[in-house]
Amino acid sequence: MSKKEIAFMKGNEALAEAALRAGMTGYYGYPITPQSEIMEYLTRQAPEYPNVTILQAESEVASVNMLYGAGGAGGRVMTSSSSPGYSLMQEGVSYIACAEIPSVFVNVQRGGPGLGTIQPSQGDYFQAVKGGGHGDYRVIVFAPNSVQEMVDHTILAFDLADKWRNPALILTDGAIGQMMEKIELPEHYKFRSTEDMRAEKPWATNGRKDGRKKNLLTSLNIKSEDMERKNHELQAKYAKICDEEVRYESYHLDDADIIISAYGLSSRICKKVVDIGREQGMKVGLLRPITLWPFPSKKIDELAKKENVKLFMSIEMSVGQMVEDVKLVVNGRKPVHHYGKTGGIIFTAEDVLNQIKAKI
Amino acid sequence: MAAKGFVEISVEGCKGCGLCVHHCPVKCLSLKMDDTNSFGLHYAYLSNEETCIGCANCAVICPDAAITVYRQSKAV
Amino acid sequence: MKDGYELVYKRPATLLDARMHYCPGCFHSTMHKIIMEVVEEMGIEEDTIGVSPVGCSVFAYNYMDIDFQQAAHGRACAVATGIKRSLPDKFVFTYQGDGDLAAIGTAETIHSCNRGENFTIFFINNAIYGMTGGQMAPTTLEGQKTSTSPYGRDIKNVGHPLRMAEMVSQLPGVAYCERLVLNTPANVRKAKKSIKKAFEIQKQGLGMTFLEVVSNCPSGWKCSPVESLDFVGEDMLKYYPLGVKKDVTANSN
Ligand SMILES: Cc1ncc(C[n+]2csc(CCOP(=O)(O)OP(=O)(O)O)c2C)c(N)n1
Ligand code: SF4
Ligand code: SF4
Ligand code: SF4
Ligand SMILES: [Mg+2]
Repeated sequence: MSKKEIAFMKGNEALAEAALRAGMTGYYGYPITPQSEIMEYLTRQAPEYPNVTILQAESEVASVNMLYGAGGAGGRVMTSSSSPGYSLMQEGVSYIACAEIPSVFVNVQRGGPGLGTIQPSQGDYFQAVKGGGHGDYRVIVFAPNSVQEMVDHTILAFDLADKWRNPALILTDGAIGQMMEKIELPEHYKFRSTEDMRAEKPWATNGRKDGRKKNLLTSLNIKSEDMERKNHELQAKYAKICDEEVRYESYHLDDADIIISAYGLSSRICKKVVDIGREQGMKVGLLRPITLWPFPSKKIDELAKKENVKLFMSIEMSVGQMVEDVKLVVNGRKPVHHYGKTGGIIFTAEDVLNQIKAKI
Repeated sequence: MAAKGFVEISVEGCKGCGLCVHHCPVKCLSLKMDDTNSFGLHYAYLSNEETCIGCANCAVICPDAAITVYRQSKAV
Repeated sequence: MKDGYELVYKRPATLLDARMHYCPGCFHSTMHKIIMEVVEEMGIEEDTIGVSPVGCSVFAYNYMDIDFQQAAHGRACAVATGIKRSLPDKFVFTYQGDGDLAAIGTAETIHSCNRGENFTIFFINNAIYGMTGGQMAPTTLEGQKTSTSPYGRDIKNVGHPLRMAEMVSQLPGVAYCERLVLNTPANVRKAKKSIKKAFEIQKQGLGMTFLEVVSNCPSGWKCSPVESLDFVGEDMLKYYPLGVKKDVTANSN
C-alpha cells in the first residue's frame, strides 16, 4: 500500500508539511516566536503548491478572519501562532465556532501572561479548553507530545474540523515546536477541486449555483429564541464529540496507585518519572490526555473509583490549570495535587518524583 | 389626454420617507396624510395622475424599491 | 398593466421581498437596491458572495439573494480576502459602514487595498454610528453633534474626519476608487454605473475596487429624510468631494 516516507524534522516544520499533505487549501498567519518556522516552511514550499494560498496577514486578527472567509468558502484552512497571537484571535474563534466553520488553529505556547517569555509553557490550557473568547462554545484541542504527533494530530485536526464543522486546535509548546525527531510522513491527500469542495460542503458560500438556495454563514442570532436554539444545537454537537473523539494514552495505569496526569511536553518527562518510580518500587502510572477537549473524564472517573488509587498528581508547565479539570472529575474522592514550573523552566523527572514522594 | 406615464406604489412597501415626492419633477406624488399602512406610516401615492411623465425618478430614488413605473409605449 | 404602456422600472428580483429594517429614507436601502440591480443586470447572482459588517447593514444578507458571510466588526475585508483567495473566479464584495471600515477595521481595509485584493468594497459613510444609536464616527464632520460629541466634534480632541477614498487611492493595490452619493435620481443612476464598473474591473483582476458612498442617517442626524438631503448635499459633500479618485483603466479606455 502506501510507502513510508521517513524524515528527520523540527516539530514546527513537520506540522507545516503535514498540513500540506492533509490537503490544506489556505494558510493565513502572522509571525511570532516560537512558531515562525511554520509560515517560513510553507512559503518555501509554496512553488510546489500553486493551488494553496499561503498569506502573511497584517495581524492575527486579520488571519483568523481570513480563516473565517476561506473556511466558509469551503476550503481546508489553518493558521498558527503563539500565546499572545492566539489571544488576539479569540474574538474570531468565537465567531467561527458559532458560524460552524471548519478551521485548524495552532498555538505553539510560550510563557505568559502578557508578552511573557519566548520559552515553552503550558499556560494557555484554560484559554484553549474553556473558550478563550466569549459565549458557550468549544474547540477540539489536541496536545501532541512528539514531532510524530505534530504530524498525526495536524492531519486529524483537519479531518475532525471538517467532520464536525468546528474549530480544532493543536496546543503545543516551543520545545516540541523546536525539537527535531525522526518521523514518518503520510502520503498526500488527494487534491480537492472546487467542485469536490462544493459536493463535500453544501453549506459553503461559494456561489448559489445550480438552483440551490443562497447560503449564509453568520454568528448573529438576534432573537433570544434563535440564540438559545443555536446554543442547544451546538451543545448537542459538543456532547457527540465528547462521546466519539476522546483520545488519551495510558502508561502503566493498571496497577498504579499514584496517577500522574500530564500532556504534551510534560508527559514526556512524566513517562520517565513512571519508569524511575517503578524501578524504585513505586506503583506510578501516567494518564496522558491526547485531546484536552474533549477531556478523558470517563477514564479519570474510572481511576478515581479504584480503591488502590491513592492520589492524583497533575504535572504541568503552569501554576496549575488542567489540575482543575482532574479535580472536577475526581470530585473529592482522592487527593489531587499539582506540581509545575513556569517561565520556560522545565522540571526534571527527579523534581517530579520528589514532589510526589512529599505528597505520600 | 392619457398621461405619459403612471406608477404603482406598494402601500405596505412604502416607508413614507417622502424622497419620491421631493424628487418628482412634475410634483404628481404626495404622501397620504389621512391614512397609514399597517406599519403606521403615511404612504406615497400618485396624487395627480394626469401629469406623470413616467421618468422613473421616483423609483430610482426610492430606497425601498416600492415603486413600479410604466411609460407610454413609443408605438402608441 | 394598462394598454399602451410599457414597464420602465421594477424592483429587482435579487432584492428579496423582505421589508428592509432600515429607517425610512436611509441610503443603506438605496445602495442595497442598486447593488442588486447591477448583479441582476450582469447576471452574476450565482457567482457573487457578499460580506456584511457589524453596523446597521449587518442584516444585508436578509435582502440580497446571493451567498453571504457575516463578519465580525471591522473584519469584512479580511473575511473577503479569505473568500476571494479561495474562489478567485467569483465576485466578492464587502459592505461596510464608517465605524466598521474606518475605525475598528482600518488595518484590514488598508492592507486589503494595499495587497490589491480583487474584491469590491462598498463603504457607506454616514458620518455616524447608526446602529449603536448615533455616536461619533471617524468620519463625523467637525462641529457635528452626535451622542458622544454633544457639543460638536472637537478636532483638537478627537482629530479630523477621515477621507478614506483619498487615502486608499494612494495605494498601488487599488485599481478603482470613487466617491459617490445617492441624494438625487441622477446620482443614483450614476452610482449604478460605477458599481458595474467596479465589478467589471474585479473580473479583470486588476486590483481593489473601492466605492465610498456619502450616505445619510436621518435617525442619527435627528432630521427627516428630506432634510437629510440638505446635510448630505451641503455639508458632507463639501468635506467629502465626489468623483473618481483613481482609475487604472482610464487611459486604456
Ligand atoms: C468588537 C465590537 N465592538 C463594538 C461593537 C458595537 N457596534 C456595533 S455597530 C457599531 C458601529 C457601527 O457604525 P458604522 O460602521 O458606521 O455603521 P452604521 O450603523 O452607521 O451603518 C458598533 C460600535 C461590536 N458589535 N463589536
Ligand atoms: S415617474 Fe416621474 S413623473 Fe411619474 S411620479 Fe415618478 S417621478 Fe413623478
Ligand atoms: S421614496 Fe419609496 S418609501 Fe419613500 S415615500 Fe416614496 S414610495 Fe414611499
Ligand atoms: S440608524 Fe441611520 S444608518 Fe441605521 S438604518 Fe436608521 S437611518 Fe439608516
Ligand atoms: Mg456609519
